[in-house]
Amino acid sequence: MSGKTLDIDTSPHIASGASVDAIMRNVVYALLPVCAFSVYVFGLTALVTLVAATVACVATEHLLSRARRSTVGDWSVVVTGLLYGLTLPPGLPVWMTVLGGIVGVGVGKFLFGGLGYNAFNPALVGRAFLQAAFPVSMTTWYPPLGAERFTALPSSSLTFPFATPTYDAFSGATPLAAMKFDGNATATVDLLLGLTGGSVGETSSLLIVLGGLYLIARNMMNWRIPAAILSTVYVLSAVLHWLAPESYPGPLFMLFAGSLMLGAVFMATDMVASPMTSAGCWLYGVLIGALVVVIRLWGGLPEGVMYAILFANAVSPHIDGLIQPRVYGTAGRGGT
Amino acid sequence: MAVPVSRYPTFSHGVHPPESKDDTRGLPIRQFPFAPSLVIPLAQHIGKPSVPVVREGQEVARGQLLAEADGFVSVPQHSPASGVVRRIGLVPSIAGKMVTGIYIEPFPGSSQEVAEGERCDLDTATPDEIIAAIQSAGVVGLGGAAFPTHVKLRAPEGKHIDTLILNGIECEPYLTTDHRVMLEQTADVHVGIRYLLKATGAERAIIGIEANKLDAAEALEAAIPEDLPVTVGVVQVKYPQGAEKMLITALLGSEVPSGGLPADVGAVVVNVATAAEIGRLLPHGRGIQERVVTLTGPAVRRKGNYRIPIGTPLRFALEHVEASEDVSRVFLGGPMMGQALSSLDIPITKGTSGFVAFTERETGRQPPEYPCIRCAYCVDACPIHLNPSQLGLLAKIGDYERMADELHLMDCFECGSCSYVCPSHIPLVQRFRLAKSVVRERRAAE
Ligand code: SF4
Ligand code: SF4
Repeated sequence: MSGKTLDIDTSPHIASGASVDAIMRNVVYALLPVCAFSVYVFGLTALVTLVAATVACVATEHLLSRARRSTVGDWSVVVTGLLYGLTLPPGLPVWMTVLGGIVGVGVGKFLFGGLGYNAFNPALVGRAFLQAAFPVSMTTWYPPLGAERFTALPSSSLTFPFATPTYDAFSGATPLAAMKFDGNATATVDLLLGLTGGSVGETSSLLIVLGGLYLIARNMMNWRIPAAILSTVYVLSAVLHWLAPESYPGPLFMLFAGSLMLGAVFMATDMVASPMTSAGCWLYGVLIGALVVVIRLWGGLPEGVMYAILFANAVSPHIDGLIQPRVYGTAGRGGT
Repeated sequence: MAVPVSRYPTFSHGVHPPESKDDTRGLPIRQFPFAPSLVIPLAQHIGKPSVPVVREGQEVARGQLLAEADGFVSVPQHSPASGVVRRIGLVPSIAGKMVTGIYIEPFPGSSQEVAEGERCDLDTATPDEIIAAIQSAGVVGLGGAAFPTHVKLRAPEGKHIDTLILNGIECEPYLTTDHRVMLEQTADVHVGIRYLLKATGAERAIIGIEANKLDAAEALEAAIPEDLPVTVGVVQVKYPQGAEKMLITALLGSEVPSGGLPADVGAVVVNVATAAEIGRLLPHGRGIQERVVTLTGPAVRRKGNYRIPIGTPLRFALEHVEASEDVSRVFLGGPMMGQALSSLDIPITKGTSGFVAFTERETGRQPPEYPCIRCAYCVDACPIHLNPSQLGLLAKIGDYERMADELHLMDCFECGSCSYVCPSHIPLVQRFRLAKSVVRERRAAE
């Protein structure tokens, strides 16, 4: 205590302990059961897709950020990689998976300036790129629960880069496509449990919701966004179904089919690309929900979640500009 | 008081730092010895420094006037000990620079009896006389702000104060001085409230206490004299509940207008220990010569709440409580808004509510700053409902004008809640402090 110098810093001198990497790590934990279940449903090909997607994203981030300081350690790119992998159809050629991952992180994240500046969810950017570049491969679905799923990979997985994959034993359609183009509705309970065709991780609504609840409980997810999206989809489709039951599917089907759950819980809630205020989050969620219903029922595509979220990502800064909390002791708002 | 915790009123937003009060909240206030030399800065308050009325070599009694107030926004200083004025010269200050002060050397054998002055009789004194007596007693806000108390008791022209709020919140982690004063000086608090009610003309008083000090709430409630219009208002435990605006909102439900004063909503807020001090001093015409200070933190062995003579050098105080040799960080005040000291050569002053000392072992290194991930934790924390994330981005590019003009920068009272929660470890409040001072300078220059 005698003549020693004291450390000085500025207040506050304590911190809550929250950190970016802790948030991202917890998102990974929340996603792991979803990943595990998808491997159970689709077998080796889901595993290969998830690993390839994650490795591609992580490697891209490492190489691009290496010049200053590799930012892989903040885990955000692992979240991107897993989410990206979960949106892909199982059986997608590995080279396509890798290419989309490179584009998602390289363009969707780094071109914008890295973590914190990505206006769009990078995982969706990667997927949108693949959707545009390889529409056939992106809508060819591998059947769930195949007998040989743990022993063999579909031949398409290992297609040589830039060669056209050949598909064997693939089912034609997901529940949404079957509904839209053939008018067959899948049983809701199958949808809830996830024993249906679809992309790697969109099938088990139950596990997705559980992962979301975990993050909400840890204050690492804004519950208003999924709540707004899901309730909007439910209400809109319930009204339409009531008006014309023969042309529009029921609300539960709409809720649990396709990638709505995955998108609402894990994609739309990307902190960087969503609004900051509670009211803003409601508006953003309602917007996504309404777009999903419109695209699914009247658009040319069976699924609209990805485009709805990307569009809302683009609108998010404007929502923040429009809606700011009222500053204490003023009549006005706090932001522009 | 079996009210469920969530039912207590509060303000919206805020944070929940660990309270860290268990070490000292149960320890009664103990009297501190006199240091061999006491250092009395002439400016221990916001406003003009006081003017010495003693000369070097003069003998002074404990409680005797050392320096008189210079104008209305100023308070006098009284001698904390019977002794001799050794020197009037430069003394080290908390801000780092040297300021003028008076060195007192206490007489070792003295009985240290306190000199009495002109009493302020509650029954006969007019409000103005009470306000003058509070100034004469050298009273400033003991919660930490050190703003002269008498200044805020007079309602601005055209405003009426109907409610006197006693701030017994003490929401800063570690500090327990107000808690102990409320428990041990209930009578002083109520006498002080009588003076304050008369001085302000307020019709009622509310003592605001956080729900983690229910024992103090009960003690004060039980001691309320029949004829005194006082109630105890228990509020939720949350930081920064002790900020004037937040407390007013919790207790009265109204908001102080941006840029305005509590008087705009008919309130005045006085720290509860300040009220106790007024109740203790005015009946005897004494001035402040000591105050209660919490000395705590992992580096302090004899943690506690001590009544310490004003002017006691911090180094002496820490030695007396057997602080560890390798103390490496000391905060004046709590860890949320307190200041990290660069030197132990400063005296304890009227605004000093506590010191928290750490050694190297407990203080980790500041983690690196990340980009803002727009998590909105700060937005949900800011008690003023600002957007610290956006302010932080603008601060980084130096657009202070836009911060002030469009984003209400000047309403930020630097509570640090935003920095506290930020997962990207962005030093938000540090940047806002700088931005505010730049804007203030520019506006003053215009
Ligand atoms: S320091 Fe300022 S901006 Fe940050 S939470 Fe406190 S009042 Fe809000
Ligand atoms: S808490 Fe930090 S990272 Fe989160 S929005 Fe605020 S400034 Fe950005």
